[in-house]
This record gives sequence, C-alpha cells and structure tokens, in this order.
Amino acid sequence: MQHAWLVPLLPALAFLVIIFLTRPWQKLSALVAIAGILGAFVFAALAAYGVFTHPIFTEGSLVYGARWFSMTGLHVNVGIMLDPTSAMMIFMVSMVASLIFIYATGYMKGDPGFSVFFAYVSLFAASMLLLVLSSNLLEMFVAWELVGLCSYLLIGFYTHKISAREAAKKAFVTCRIADFGLLLGMLSLQIVFGTLDLPQLAMRIAHFHQYTTTGVLTLIAVLVFLGPIGKSGQFPLHVWLPDAMEGPTPVSALIHAATMVVAGVYLVARMLFLFSKLPAAMELVAVTGAFTALFAASIAITQREIKRILAYSTVSQLGYMMLALGVGSLSASMFHLWTHAFFKALMFMGAGSVLTALHHKADVWEMGGLVKKMPITAWTFVVGGLAIAGIPPFAGFWSKDEILASTLNSHHYVLFAMGAFTAFLTAFYMWRLIFLAFFGEENPANHPVESPWNMTVPLIILAVLATVGGWVGTPWANVWSQWIFFGEVEHAAPNYGVMIGSVILALAGIYLAYLLYYADREKVRARELARRFNGIYTLLYNKYYIDEIYLWFNHAIVDGAARLFYLFDIYVVDGIIVNGLGALTRVSGEGLRITETGRLQNYALVFFLGVLVIAIVLAFSSPSAAGLLLGGVK
Amino acid sequence: MLTLSVGLTQYMVLSAVLFGIGLFGVLSKKNAIAVLICIELMLNAVNINLVAFNKFVTPTLFIGQIFAIFVITVAAAEVGVGLAIIIAIYRNKLSVNLDDFDWLKW
Repeated sequence: MQHAWLVPLLPALAFLVIIFLTRPWQKLSALVAIAGILGAFVFAALAAYGVFTHPIFTEGSLVYGARWFSMTGLHVNVGIMLDPTSAMMIFMVSMVASLIFIYATGYMKGDPGFSVFFAYVSLFAASMLLLVLSSNLLEMFVAWELVGLCSYLLIGFYTHKISAREAAKKAFVTCRIADFGLLLGMLSLQIVFGTLDLPQLAMRIAHFHQYTTTGVLTLIAVLVFLGPIGKSGQFPLHVWLPDAMEGPTPVSALIHAATMVVAGVYLVARMLFLFSKLPAAMELVAVTGAFTALFAASIAITQREIKRILAYSTVSQLGYMMLALGVGSLSASMFHLWTHAFFKALMFMGAGSVLTALHHKADVWEMGGLVKKMPITAWTFVVGGLAIAGIPPFAGFWSKDEILASTLNSHHYVLFAMGAFTAFLTAFYMWRLIFLAFFGEENPANHPVESPWNMTVPLIILAVLATVGGWVGTPWANVWSQWIFFGEVEHAAPNYGVMIGSVILALAGIYLAYLLYYADREKVRARELARRFNGIYTLLYNKYYIDEIYLWFNHAIVDGAARLFYLFDIYVVDGIIVNGLGALTRVSGEGLRITETGRLQNYALVFFLGVLVIAIVLAFSSPSAAGLLLGGVK
Repeated sequence: MLTLSVGLTQYMVLSAVLFGIGLFGVLSKKNAIAVLICIELMLNAVNINLVAFNKFVTPTLFIGQIFAIFVITVAAAEVGVGLAIIIAIYRNKLSVNLDDFDWLKW
C-alpha cells in the first residue's frame, strides 16, 4: 500500500517513453501504453486489496507524504492518501482505462496520430490517478489542471477539424472560469486555516469556529464548488461537455464519461468535511445537482446525434451524483460514480463501434436495425441501457435507488420529485436511442460490420460489470456503504416504495419509447408529437439556447467593455498623455527658441541679470551672504 | 559721504560708476571695438577699487596692488586675443557690427 504512488507513475512513464522513444512505431506505442495502464491496474488492485483487508475508515486514512516546498507560513506536502474511497477510485479508473486502451487500438486504427493518442491518454490516466490519490489540495489542483490539459489535447485531437479545435478551446476556457473559483477557494482555505493538506484541513474544519464564521466559510465552500461545476458539467457550465464529443470516442468514453468529469464530484466528496458543516452549501450542491440532472435529461430527449445523447446523459447522471453528495450521502454518490463508469463507458464504446461501422454517420434517425449485423455491440448496448434506466438486477438500479432513497430520507421532497422524473426521462431517451439505432428497419445506405475483437471484448467485459457491479451495494447486504461512507455507516432499511416506484418509472419510460419508436414503424406519432409541441421541442433541441446566450453575453458585455477600453486607450492614453506630452515639449521648445538670438550682447545681458537675481535672493535669504554682499550696508 | 576729503567711499563710488558705464557699453554698443573698449573700462574700474582698498584698509600690505598688476596683464593679453578674433571675423564678413553676427540664431 505504501507503493500506491507507483499507480500514477506507470502511465506517466508510458507517456514519456511514447513521446520520446516509440513514436514512429504505432503498435509498440500502444503496447507501452497498455502495459503502463495494466501495471497501474495491478498496483491499484493490490492497494485496494490492502485497504479492504485492513480496517481503515475514512476518518483515519493512510497518508504518505513528503515535503514539497515550504516558506514561512506555507508548508506544502505532496503525497498520497489511501482510504476506501480513493482505493475504489484508482481501482475503477485503472480498470476502465485499461479496457478503453485496448478498445482504442481498434478504434484509432489507421489514424496517423496513433502513437500520440496513446501518449496523451497515458498522461491523462497518470494525472487522473494522481488527482484521486492526492493528499494535498495544491497537488490535487495540479492534477486537476493536468487532466484539463489532456482533455484539451484529446478533444482537439483531430486538428484538421475546426469544430474539434473550437470544442477543445471551449472546454478549456469553461473549465478555466470554474477553476478561478476553485483557486480563490483554495487560497482562502490556506489563509484561514493555514494548510492545504486534506487530513489537517479535516481536523481544523471540525472546529472551524475558532478560525472563522459560518458565513465566510460558506462563501469559501461556494467558491470551491465552482470548480466542480465546471469540471463535472453542472449547470451553467455544462456547455463544454456535449461539444467535447468532437474528440475520438475512446476519449469520450474515458474522459467524459468515466473519469475526468467525475473529478469534480470526487473533489466535493473529498471536501465533504467542509461542506457537511454548511447547510447552505449543501443545499446549493443538491439543488445544482438535481437541476442539472433534470435539465440535461430534458435536452437529451430531442437530440439526434448518438454521442450527444450520451453526453447529455452524462451531464444528467453527474447531476445525480452531486445531488447525492448534497443530501449528505457519500456512499450513494460514489456508488453511482462506480456503476455509471461501467455502463456509460460501455455505451460510449458501443457508440464508437457503431460510428466506426457506419463511417462516422452519427444521426440516430439514419440508423436502424443494427442488431442484425452488429449483435455484440447491440446487445451490450442494451445491457447498458437497462443499467442506466434502472432495471434490477443491473447496476444502475441499485445506485440510482440509493440516491433517491437518501434524498427522500433527508426530506428533500422537491428534489426527490425532480430525481424521479429525471429517471423516467433517462429511461425514455436512452431507449429512444436504442430503438432508433439498433432495432427497427435497416437503412439500406448503411453497410455495418461487427467490430473486431479488440473492440468487442471490452464491451462484453463492461457489460458483465454493468450487470454485477451493483451487487456490492444492494440494500440487503450493503458491503459498499460499510466501506465508503461519511459520518456514520448508514443502516437504512430497504425502502421498497422507492425501489418499486423507480422500476415502474423506468419501465414506463422504456414502454413510451417502445410505443413511439418501435411499435410505430414510420414513427408517425413521434413526429406528430414533435410538431404539436413545436415550441418546447425547438427549445429543447436548441439546448435552451444557452450557448447563444453566452455568445450574446460575450459579444455585448465583454466586447463592449473591450471597446470602451480601446477608446480609452486611443483617446486618453495615446491622445492626452502621450501625444499631449509630445505637444507640450514642442510648444515649450518653440517658445524658448526665441531667446536664442545668436547675438552676443543678449547673452551677456542674461548673464548680468542672472547675477543680479542671485545676489538679491542671497541677500534676502542668508544673513552671512547678506553681510558679504552688502558690505555692512543695511 | 559728501565731505571734502577723499576717502575709501569716494573711490568705491568712482569705481562703481565706471564699472556701470562700462557694463552698459558692453551690453549696448554696436561696434565690436567699442565693446572691447568698454571691457577695458570695466577692468580699470576694478583696478581702482583694488588699489583703493589696499591703501585705506591694509596700507602695510601690498596685496591689492599686486592683484591690480595681474589684472592689467590679463587685460592686455585679453585685448590681443579679442582684436585677433575681431580681425578674423572682419576678414570673413567685412563688418564689425555685432547686430549682424547672428549665425548661432535658431
């Protein structure tokens, strides 16, 4: 366990090796990357095994650190913090990443940037693992920025596409706005508590009244929360996630489904010792999460591109995770993170498989009947769809159920209603996708072929995980919440009402999708509905025009302010100050020029007058000089 | 001051008046030679002042007189140089009118 620092190190080494040594050889680079991540997985599994066989609880996690730098008043350690949550995270991240790396050898085949791709994803894996293991907020921030960088590099991987470059910039800038808040929050924490070390902060915040007031601490918590809002795609900074689908599908699966976007959720989970003391902050987290979940799900029901539907689905599920944290249930949130990683990565990889087969045609309305030619992809995708809809015994049911149950138990009835409705919408839009793309009549323009083994085997493995992954947290034998919890272990009795209710909602969503998109061959009723509710449909299809609002804001206010400063620069700085100074010099020069007559006697006159002035001034100012000059005359 | 005997004050007044006349001439005469003459006048005024102080304040010493002899010597040398310059200018410009010598004007 004390060698857990090797976990991020191995992919980092793989990155360096690929960049400097093995770039020209594609297969070798892929091998190096996969070796790196599998090595990380082995160490992570060992570390997790170590954590789960020694009783270590969140209050007393293992920390290994070394001093990074220190000045008076600032000591920053860097190290790893190993407790059940981080052990679970490194295990999940490295496992899913390994599967995705193997998948990517099939998906990225033929791409000229094959080696560089594996270098970037290795760097990403290293940064993400570092983030999860960080024991110090500053270290976590460094890793946070590194994953943001890798996301930028990978979203904009297809540099020849303008849309990809723009999307990469959008992701980075949006996250940067969020990181501004995070940085301010971190600085405030350092100033108020004198440390950024997580265990020490936890100790000091436990009795924070010695340091500061609730109000100030709430402000700090809100600032810190701004980071996760950007990174985890909560409203209103969710705008980058759907556009991030410009990147290659393995990137979408790894970064924007299973790992990077959960970094924000993970940060809040890690800082739960801060948030849990501040009811206002917790409410903010919960409301943001629930609203995001509903908001994104409502957009997803109208989208046409397969990856965009999945992207909005990710935003929605991240909202669920935030909601769980906001109502105080660390175990429900982390559980959903765990199961979501499996079924979302599965579905993204399935989408990638479909895109490869159809030469990157992405509109689900142009697909159809793919189950006939791509059975493995289709049926694994169906498993993912069942999991996300929340049908037992698949994984998503157990985790979503826990979230809804804890929301209800903490008396957040409105949020519970939002979450329940979102569950219905989730089932609906996901099964809309499945029925439109995989079932029904085939489109004669398509010639799909099932993908090779290196793409389908990870799909199968993830499908198995999406089925059994939830069994560690069933309400009757909740192994999960015995290990990953905050506060006390929750021993809630299984809430049959919520369980049955959510299954009914899920089945209702699937049935509605069935009626509209499968039973109705020509999809007449679907088009009819879209036509009758045209206003709402347009609003949802255009993502509530949020992007347009941001663009307008940028144009009107940012550009407007820029114009103001430009005018100030032209007229005041250039005109008055710079040019004015020049004009002053010139005018005074022309004025003084008159005294240069060139005539000797004029100059001599000036001498004489000067001496006179000096004599008078001296005579009146200094008595001794006066005595000298006036020679005793008074 | 208005006494019949001549003392230091009278010599000082004389010297001052001569100096003032010379100064006025230097500043206002058009002819360069006239300016040189007025400079000589100023130097001589200073000589009178020095010798007067010597006679009335420290009669036993002769510092003032020695100083006056130095001044005469310097005046002579300076006139030589000054006339040389004026002749050089005359050879070039055929004029000694100071008002015309304004080539250093802007």
